Amino acid sequence: MPVSKSVGARVKRREDPKLIRGLGQYVDDINLPNMLHVAILRSPYAHAQIKKLDADAARRLSGVVAVCTGPELEDKIGTLPTTADNPTLKIPAHHVLATGKVCFAGEGVAAVVAEDRYTARDALDLIQVEYETLPVVSDPEKALTPGSPVIHSEFTDNLAFSWKHEQGDVAKAFKQADKIVKQRLIHQRLAPIAIETRAVLARYLPEAKELTVWSSTQIPHILRTHLAQLLKLQENEVRVIAPDVGGGFGCKLNVYAEEALLGYLALTLNRPVKWIEERRENIRATIHGRGQVGEVEVAVKKDATILGLRYKVIADIGAYHQLFTPAIPPFTGLMLSGCYKIPAMSIEVSAAFTNKMSTDAYRGAGRPEAAYVIERIIDRVAQELKLDAVAVRRRNFPKASEFPFKTATGLAYDSGNYQLALGKALKLASYEKLRREQRKLRSRGRYLGIGLSTYVEICAMGPGFWEYGKVQLEPTGKVTVFSGASPHGQGQQTSFAQIVSDELGVALDDITVVHGDTAQVPRGMGTFGSRATAVGGIAVYHAAEQVREKAREIASHLLEVDADDLVFSDGRFSVKGVPKKALTIQQIARQAQETGDSPGKTAPGLAAEHQFEPSNFTFPFGTHICVVEIDPQTGNIAIKKYFAVDDCGKVINPLLVDGQLQGGIVQGLGQALYEGVVYDENGQLRTGSLLDYGVPKATNLPRLRLSRTETPSPVNPLGIKGIGEAGTIGSTPAIVNAVIDALAPFGVTHIDMPLTPQKIWRLCQGAKAAAAGGRK
Amino acid sequence: MDAVRKQEITLRINGIEHSREVEPRLLLVHFLRDVLGLTGTHIGCDTSSCGACTVMLDKMAVKSCTVLAVQADGAELLTIEGLAQGDRLHPLQEAFWECHGLQCGFCTPGMILSAYQLLMRNPKPSEPEIRHAIDGNLCRCTGYEHIVDSVQYAAKRMKSKAKKSRV
Repeated sequence: MPVSKSVGARVKRREDPKLIRGLGQYVDDINLPNMLHVAILRSPYAHAQIKKLDADAARRLSGVVAVCTGPELEDKIGTLPTTADNPTLKIPAHHVLATGKVCFAGEGVAAVVAEDRYTARDALDLIQVEYETLPVVSDPEKALTPGSPVIHSEFTDNLAFSWKHEQGDVAKAFKQADKIVKQRLIHQRLAPIAIETRAVLARYLPEAKELTVWSSTQIPHILRTHLAQLLKLQENEVRVIAPDVGGGFGCKLNVYAEEALLGYLALTLNRPVKWIEERRENIRATIHGRGQVGEVEVAVKKDATILGLRYKVIADIGAYHQLFTPAIPPFTGLMLSGCYKIPAMSIEVSAAFTNKMSTDAYRGAGRPEAAYVIERIIDRVAQELKLDAVAVRRRNFPKASEFPFKTATGLAYDSGNYQLALGKALKLASYEKLRREQRKLRSRGRYLGIGLSTYVEICAMGPGFWEYGKVQLEPTGKVTVFSGASPHGQGQQTSFAQIVSDELGVALDDITVVHGDTAQVPRGMGTFGSRATAVGGIAVYHAAEQVREKAREIASHLLEVDADDLVFSDGRFSVKGVPKKALTIQQIARQAQETGDSPGKTAPGLAAEHQFEPSNFTFPFGTHICVVEIDPQTGNIAIKKYFAVDDCGKVINPLLVDGQLQGGIVQGLGQALYEGVVYDENGQLRTGSLLDYGVPKATNLPRLRLSRTETPSPVNPLGIKGIGEAGTIGSTPAIVNAVIDALAPFGVTHIDMPLTPQKIWRLCQGAKAAAAGGRK
Repeated sequence: MDAVRKQEITLRINGIEHSREVEPRLLLVHFLRDVLGLTGTHIGCDTSSCGACTVMLDKMAVKSCTVLAVQADGAELLTIEGLAQGDRLHPLQEAFWECHGLQCGFCTPGMILSAYQLLMRNPKPSEPEIRHAIDGNLCRCTGYEHIVDSVQYAAKRMKSKAKKSRV
């Protein structure tokens, strides 16, 4: 095994030189000759019949090339796909443009194609639509009560699917409990808000029978497969390219109406067509995250040992399923054990159709909900039993020796050491000192809060999911790496080069990583679920290993020694005991090309490909500690300090890991304090622009003190767990627990997110402050 | 519909003069991107909230999505493409690279231009001053931490360069 020089090193990103010069190529930066622009007319109503649609005036506008509507496309483009491995799943037909009726405000009703952007938008105003409004189902709990209007008439109710899991004797656990602690929890809908909105460019070359679709996507290969199906083409007639992508966070892990629509328009109009989503469209018609309302109950002994847990939750699906919509709530169920030994668990998920945009994967995708539930209830247990929040957690942690740790949700956590991460975080935060400071400040009428979150998450899918990697040593001695991963900011052009550099002894600058183009990379799954390095990186690693071994075969032939008599170090094969008798890997590459030498059993060419399917998920974990101060006069929450100890197994590039954690933590903070997609009872979006939807800004954010433990994952040879979503999963509960801790003197036991100053102020006004120093 | 009367405008962008005929309603950001092909300046919202479109207009950082191209007639602009001098990156660009101040890169040009204005006006900004200066620039990837590091790094580099040139 070569000595690691590059893996683990703080390496500047290879991606950056063009991006810092403004030379990135995002979809809207690509312009093709003869290109047309598409604008979409969207329903202003959440639930309505389309009585009449008159696009004549729009069609007549100079510069407009075509206008199309749902009914014309019904038998031309298939309905949008969803994952369907739940037998209770109801799948309403989801057309690319509404046919007959609209089911959410923002659903596409017509598409205009014009010579330029402005004309396309002008034409939208000329389309006249007559709607007849229908009763709106906005609240997911109300959607499932008998008597609620039913959104999709092909079904008898609004239950989209149900998912249940039970293990252990739950009834007995609750009977034996010294205390049962209950809490109702709301996970508000979130808008992912990648700074680049969605964007699609499509071009058809009839002579080559090739449809090329550039899309701001996280899953070019999966998208290609679905587009071929939707447009009734052969898969090899479709090429999908994810150029530079300005953020995804899960919202671009999908197959959207506009992608199929633009493909169809390119095929029929024979000119390239481009659609760039406006931000107001993005908040309406790009998937939302979270959206769960649940009640958790936990049965505990008086020493806080957890005996059992019950969770009943309603997931707000929206009007239609998008690609992974039904897969998200079950992830919550699977991770409800958190970091604790809970022998008996019962989980019931009911998913409700509502007249809103679909929910789907958003950074964490079901796991932030789980971490929030378990970390809130653990704090509530500590509160009710009047025990310390740290002690309660420690009491229920599995020991480091008990891994793989089997949960009552059917999972086996790969590796973990929760005590170590917790201990490190407490030390980093000077926890005891913070508690003393809290007591002192309370006696002076100031409210400091300290919130803990000990989290674990599930990622790097996983069994049934694979990733492709190919490593090619060129005759020039340079290396090209091909990956099915599709990074959009995560830096794999750098981290994969680091992995290959160590395996082949080739300089980083001589390694190029290619991804995001289905014509250049034959297969792949994409970047989501924190898997690019933990799965994609391993495929690349194995491919590099194979290239090294092929090079060894060639070297042994060229040097006329047995392969076993060769030592590989620093990119050189040398004969044992005769160090001068050696060949560099570059020399081998050149020789292999020049002589066409294919000695013995070695296949020609110094390239190898590998498809890696992990045997298990991986389970990153950590402890976050957040310190806040509340001003009861204004409700203002100031985050004074933030500490995070996270464990992602082996670290390839510490700079990239820090970046993922920082970005993730701030998104989790956004959920806790600022964000929330709000629909009113008429299904109207109240948070329809960035003026109302509170994306965190640079001010009011603390410095994040990050530290690590490194517990390798046994799932892959490099021990990588993945880190893309862990920050978001760990942070939200830490912040909420901190605010509630601060308000304990006011008798507050729970507040739903987002924790706005208005909510805090109201609680402080309505409650009597406990006597100074009342709570330990 | 009556034909819209176009207007001729002349702008100096990154040192080069451009004259074009445009509709009065054409946004400056669309002029830069679609008419001149300077696609480094990005669009991230429709309410002047995100700052991805920030450019320097007559030595002032503006959100080019909220400026009409005709308003910029006769002005001098600096966009991200004009920061580097050939192969030589501007210290801010070097800093963002060194400190991992970008991930997806989409907010980066606007972020760098806002920081450019800050350092022009305040060569030794404190951390709160840096955060305040980029308050109008949204980033979803980084959590701003490494962006603040980058601006601090750039400030130090520019200060030491200025010192050197004064000697």
